[in-house]
Amino acid sequence: MNVWIAIALTAAGCYLAKLLGLLVPAGLLERPLVQRLAALLPVALLAALTAQQTFGDGQQVGLDARAAGLAAAALALVLRAPFLVVVGAAVAVTAAVRALA
Amino acid sequence: MAGIPCTAEAKPDAAVVRDALGVGVAVGLSGFAFGVTAAGAGLTLPQTCALSLLVFTGASQFALVGALAAGGNPYTAAAGAFFLGVRNAFYGLRLSQLLSLPRALRPLAAQWVIDETTAVTLAQPTRRAARIGFTVTGLTLYVLWNLTTLGGALGAEALGDTDAWGLDAASPAVFLALLAPMLKTTTERVTAALAVLLALGLLPVLPAGVPVLLSASAAPLVLFLGGRRRRGPDATAGGPENTRESR
Repeated sequence: MNVWIAIALTAAGCYLAKLLGLLVPAGLLERPLVQRLAALLPVALLAALTAQQTFGDGQQVGLDARAAGLAAAALALVLRAPFLVVVGAAVAVTAAVRALA
Repeated sequence: MAGIPCTAEAKPDAAVVRDALGVGVAVGLSGFAFGVTAAGAGLTLPQTCALSLLVFTGASQFALVGALAAGGNPYTAAAGAFFLGVRNAFYGLRLSQLLSLPRALRPLAAQWVIDETTAVTLAQPTRRAARIGFTVTGLTLYVLWNLTTLGGALGAEALGDTDAWGLDAASPAVFLALLAPMLKTTTERVTAALAVLLALGLLPVLPAGVPVLLSASAAPLVLFLGGRRRRGPDATAGGPENTRESR
């Protein structure tokens, strides 16, 4: 039940955010500070999520095979690999490190 | 296909469709990763598919599933996913000017206002090209993302232990791939570094999901400190780190 509550809230919230942008008069959200905050907020959240899902294990912080996988993804990004290759590299290297361990 | 009566820099419809399909197919396929991740996190098949059908913004979906898997309560989990989805409101703002959609179409078009459709649409030289780009990217992505989510969720059952296949690394890799192009200036890099420190530092001491929410405060914090610095003795109006174009 909890999962469905989370899904419903997320679906409603995300849809309304998308719709809001299409409906409000441009001037309302065009303030420079609001725009800059909106651009920076995903940076902070994505960085936090990347770190937590790479180094977090429950409430512990540590290094495991995922760190190697993410290093491979970072390398793929530096080499300007397509999105799917980046994700594939992370998965493959993580699996390989686990298989060898 | 080339003879569109439009401005000098008109782009052939076929070229727009090709660009849009390229993005739509590549990203749409990564729905597999989402389906597998969601199933691996313990979501049922209907729950996994409902997320892709109704939420349809990848980062929020991965964030929600990750937060639920880590034992976060539904409200914290949804809040984190929602904050990630807020950026779409700002995409919509840009798109509504470019596409100038009839009011009746806007509630329908809204569901497709995401990173990839915005990127393709903003890259088009004319309104016609922008509309084609938005529609083709949106449709391709929506159909593929949902089909591959279903495939991934079904496949996860066949795979058994998804961690053994390294699939728990898919979600952070998706986040990293979304984040990388945003790290254009020092402002973004400092924000990202501060957010990482907050998220990892708070992880052992706060309930699941809360550290990520609190790490969002890195954004206003860096803006505030940057603003203070610029108002200092040698302040210049505007400043070099205008982040308007970095979505």
